[in-house]
Amino acid sequence: MADSPSNPARRRFLTGAATAVGAVGVGFAAVPFLSSFQPSAKAEAAGAPVDVNIGKLSPGQMTTVSWRGKPVFLVNRTERMLESLPELNDKVQDPESRVVDQQPSYASNIYRAREENKRYLVVVGICTHLGCAPTYRPEVAPEDLGQDWKGGFFCPCHGSKFDISGRVYKGVPAPTNLEVPQYVYLSEDIIRVGGTEEDAA
Amino acid sequence: MIKGLGKWVDDRLPVSHFWNAHLAKYYVPYNFNFWYYFGSLLIVVFVLQIVTGIWLTMSYKPSAENAFASVEYIMRDVEWGWLLRYMHSTGATFFFIAVYLHIFRGMMYGSYKKPRELIWIFGVSILLVLMAEAFMGYLLPWGQMSYWGAQVIISLFSSVPVVGPDLALWIRGDYVISDATLNRFFALHVIALPLVLLFLIGGHVMALHEVGSNNPDGVEIKEHKDSSGKPVDGIPFHPYYTVKDLFGLGVFMFIFAVVLFYWPDGGGLVLEHPNFTPADPLKTPEHIAPVWYFAPHYAILRAVPDKFLGVLAMTVAILILFVLPWIDRNRIRSIRYRSTAFKVNLFAFAGAFIGLGYLGTQPPTALGTLSSQILSAVYFGFFIALFFISRRERTKPVPERLQ
Repeated sequence: MADSPSNPARRRFLTGAATAVGAVGVGFAAVPFLSSFQPSAKAEAAGAPVDVNIGKLSPGQMTTVSWRGKPVFLVNRTERMLESLPELNDKVQDPESRVVDQQPSYASNIYRAREENKRYLVVVGICTHLGCAPTYRPEVAPEDLGQDWKGGFFCPCHGSKFDISGRVYKGVPAPTNLEVPQYVYLSEDIIRVGGTEEDAA
Repeated sequence: MIKGLGKWVDDRLPVSHFWNAHLAKYYVPYNFNFWYYFGSLLIVVFVLQIVTGIWLTMSYKPSAENAFASVEYIMRDVEWGWLLRYMHSTGATFFFIAVYLHIFRGMMYGSYKKPRELIWIFGVSILLVLMAEAFMGYLLPWGQMSYWGAQVIISLFSSVPVVGPDLALWIRGDYVISDATLNRFFALHVIALPLVLLFLIGGHVMALHEVGSNNPDGVEIKEHKDSSGKPVDGIPFHPYYTVKDLFGLGVFMFIFAVVLFYWPDGGGLVLEHPNFTPADPLKTPEHIAPVWYFAPHYAILRAVPDKFLGVLAMTVAILILFVLPWIDRNRIRSIRYRSTAFKVNLFAFAGAFIGLGYLGTQPPTALGTLSSQILSAVYFGFFIALFFISRRERTKPVPERLQ
């Protein structure tokens, strides 16, 4: 740069203006690079709904399907399991499922399911702590989980406990209930995981 | 002839200038001890990782479908493939051993203090990038522990308030760890981060050669120069320290070879056993433990009962190193002339780091969590105590010249 421009103020202005315009240019040029990290169209398409036939699930049995690459647990709950839910209300952090985003509005209840088919639980099998897959522990009062265990999900990674509705117990590392995905009944026996009411119509 | 060619090049490229400025006429204190081996060893390990890494990419396939099989292929069918892979995985472990000892050396002899703050900042940046590099590299074999370890670590980002879940989605490029994640981690692991590391190492060494090395006495050798302007207590790096470092390298390579040939999985610490099973997104291994070099930070994470605060504690545990030059307010550099309180504090810190490392590899138990909490308190307590100890400290007189 020249030692002493004849008009220093103009030189400063031009330098500043060129820098500002250059910075805006760099900002715009960064967008495609940063956006390419987003899920691709293909990955979003793989988020398509999955149909599951639950007719063959005997009471107390669980099946796992893969939806958007995540494990989704479907449980046919027994009467005893459903009866245990109100008893656990004061042991879980969010008994009525008030935390939004963890379930569709129709599952904001203690069953965390559609009221008309509350037997069937549909949850994403990923611990809300750090993403491990919890194990299904339907038995009552097993040795390792204690006398008060009424059946539910246990995460082996960091010891988070969830009840049979996927409601998180108090005093465990996981902050929220297991996520309930959007789902809809296409018929009595077919659940569409990721589906909405429009699919059922 | 050769001499003529040398002069021809030297007239056009500052080769001899570089040689003299950084080796033959670069003066270094004469009293370097054992702890000063690790800087040059780290450069050797870095080169080893680059070279073995390039060879591994020739046979590795970065896709969810083929990655696991291609690593098996390298291990069984590629000529000497097992050696290349074990050199790379053992190299990662020795990289961290050397880095942690190198950092501890800096803390003992006050190498982070004025005028070497910037060297230290470059160094901590190298540590951070190295951790990212190792983490991404660990996903590539696409074993169970690769998959679920990455799942846990990426989930850490989702605990950031407001933007967390979108951030985790952006890092993964999918709703779960998938082919997209593996592919981008491969790109970052083999190109982006090694380049960043190279630049940071360059900055680290340039800043070092600008101000000169510290030494176990923490005395500036530049303050006593002879009539020709050379430091009286300095010796040229080449040949004195090149020879010393070659000896150190020989011992290092011996230990390296023992692990490489007789103990390549490090008893499950270096290559974890569940990683010999291909990644299964629907099934978590019974016990997820990080590789040993992340275990101390993982133990801090688990010690805090709240998810976000745990992530915060783990992050701060590393980032706090950046401000160490300003936390330590004592101008005396070397541990040799500092107070007993300082020594106790420093060795408690080192002990806590090792203890946390052990706890981080163990399954969570009530006692383990309590121990992790105590040791985390010691870890962070080091910095708080140092801030106050260093204010008024009963130090010993520092000699004028090297002892």
